[in-house]
Amino acid sequence: MPKATNTDDPDAPDGVQIDLISGERMDGMATMEKIRMILDGVHDGNIVILEEGLTPDEESRLIEVTMAEISPDEFNGIEIETYPKSETRNSSLLGRIMGGDESAAKLTVIGPANQIETLHKDETLISALVSRD
Amino acid sequence: MGLFTELKDSISRVTDRLFAEEEPKRIGIYGPPNAGKTTLANRIARDWTGDAVGAESHIPHETRRARRKENVEIERNGKSVTIDIVDTPGVTTKVDYEEFTDEMDEDDAIRRSREATEGVAEAMHWLREDVDGVIYVLDSAEDPITQVNTMLIGIIESRDLPVLIFANKIDLDEASVKRIEDAFPQHKTVPLSAKEGENMDEVYANIAEYFG
Ligand SMILES: Nc1nc2c(ncn2[C@@H]2O[C@H](COP(=O)(O)OP(=O)(O)OP(=O)(O)O)[C@@H](O)[C@H]2O)c(=O)[nH]1
Ligand SMILES: [Mg+2]
Repeated sequence: MPKATNTDDPDAPDGVQIDLISGERMDGMATMEKIRMILDGVHDGNIVILEEGLTPDEESRLIEVTMAEISPDEFNGIEIETYPKSETRNSSLLGRIMGGDESAAKLTVIGPANQIETLHKDETLISALVSRD
Repeated sequence: MGLFTELKDSISRVTDRLFAEEEPKRIGIYGPPNAGKTTLANRIARDWTGDAVGAESHIPHETRRARRKENVEIERNGKSVTIDIVDTPGVTTKVDYEEFTDEMDEDDAIRRSREATEGVAEAMHWLREDVDGVIYVLDSAEDPITQVNTMLIGIIESRDLPVLIFANKIDLDEASVKRIEDAFPQHKTVPLSAKEGENMDEVYANIAEYFG
């Protein structure tokens, strides 16, 4: 008779790991290093939070590399949310969300698509549900 | 004036015409999956050349390769523009083949998702290298403020590409063009129904004016 199957790695941690990465740490990195760091974290099931986000060009490459790594039953891609920092009060909030001021650093949350679900987002709050597995 | 100079002059006149004035602008049709990009590309191609570009479907990720229709000449109000229309796969950050298993068997669903991921990667590449302008198509019945729309508009703006926002599916009861105008106030929004052919005059006038 087969044992009750628990396919979970017994050594795997119980919780969800969150990596908060400072703008300073990202500053010295090349685009592909940043993308590799993000996707390696996400492949491990971590939530990666970037203090200063990515440039539009880096975002476009992140989408491209993510697509190349999607694999049935293993990796479905990423969920990503960004939040503009409110230092640029002169432009409208929507203008900033929509990338009107591309130099404005934006807080960025990235996680595995099958584990993170955005519940709510408005001008002042992102609420996300993170599940294990 | 010697024969050689004369010849050179006339050759350069010809090449000027070939490569400067007549060089079609490559206009990428971008937007999220299922927004109606192929329906729009087909309507434009049919109206001005007589044939279609690709297949339309209610199942997302129907278009999985960028497809091009070359030399589409559009004329409106005395303005004329020749464009290559590039219909691209809907952009997303995630693809789960299980979303297709209601509509097809598992092997086909896996194949569809694999092709979709390759297509999205290709579409991103085109956006960085190969387009001169963008028509960004949105389904007016859906919330326009999504992360993918925000990122893509940001990417398009950072490359200084001219962009028109097309608020599609205005034939639907839930459609709201204002929601799209409010979300992207920095760009021109054109309402239309690609499926029903509503407001195509304004669509063509804007294409001729904006990309001409
Ligand atoms: N009601 C309505 N439906 C539309 C309109 N335009 C397209 N559709 C429908 O929306 C669905 C998707 O259309 P497509 O043209 O295949 O969408 P797409 O953006 O090319 O989708 P992908 O290639 O999957 O990214 C189809 O069922 C179309 O018939 C419209 O103006 N009104
Ligand atoms: Mg399509």
